[in-house]
Amino acid sequence: MAINFDTALGIEPKALAFREKRGEILAANLANADTPNFKARDVDFKSVLKQSMTSGVAMERTHAGHIAPQQQVVGANVMYRNPYQVSLDGNTVEAHVEQAKYAENAVQYQASLQFMSSKFSGLMTALRGQ
Amino acid sequence: MALSIFDIAGSGMNAQSLRLNLVASNISNANSVGSSEADVYKSRQPVFAAELNNAMNKQDATSKVNVLGVVESDDAPVMEYAPHHPMANKDGYIFKSNVNTVEEMANMMSASRSYQNNVEVLNTAKQMMLQTLKMGQ
Repeated sequence: MAINFDTALGIEPKALAFREKRGEILAANLANADTPNFKARDVDFKSVLKQSMTSGVAMERTHAGHIAPQQQVVGANVMYRNPYQVSLDGNTVEAHVEQAKYAENAVQYQASLQFMSSKFSGLMTALRGQ
Repeated sequence: MALSIFDIAGSGMNAQSLRLNLVASNISNANSVGSSEADVYKSRQPVFAAELNNAMNKQDATSKVNVLGVVESDDAPVMEYAPHHPMANKDGYIFKSNVNTVEEMANMMSASRSYQNNVEVLNTAKQMMLQTLKMGQ
């Protein structure tokens, strides 16, 4: 049985990257809470997960000069948030909503981290064989 | 890149602290007077905008706060008849600044709350990074 980081860690690294990216987006929302006409954005976890689970249809590279498409963590799944209460200056950031989402995201990041940590300690146990 | 959270929250803090500075300037000059409409202190306000190059690009949804500049309010200053005032003009009028202190107090609260929000974001991101550094131990 070969020990391979990719198979051992599974989807956790991708989940972690997603949480990190979402953290950035939510931080941008909070930073722009007072910017006129700024539209709050967020990523839909379900669609990103779906995209990560299925490889999808890829373009065939028939020439050495063809550049492989860059792997985006969130890609085109970033969407605008529908505000509960609209404001006159066109800003759709609601600080309390963003705070709640940011806290949720931080906890989920730590959960992913914990899972990954456990995977590593599992590997260590397997390597030591004690 | 995880470090961009620090950049983003930092830009937010920058913008809010500029706003707080302007509030301080406005409030401290609220009672200043002048002898003409031109030389009296006018209320100053910051103009915020999301950094465009990132905001237009849907692939990278994060955008920092950009302070486009500071504008002076064009509300008319308050004219007051005070012929014995040393700053009075030849008709006996002095001009008081157009700072609205109530508005500025509300502005100050909003700015300090937004600043706190950004600090919290930064702290949480920092803790997340520190925990990531400890991964596998």
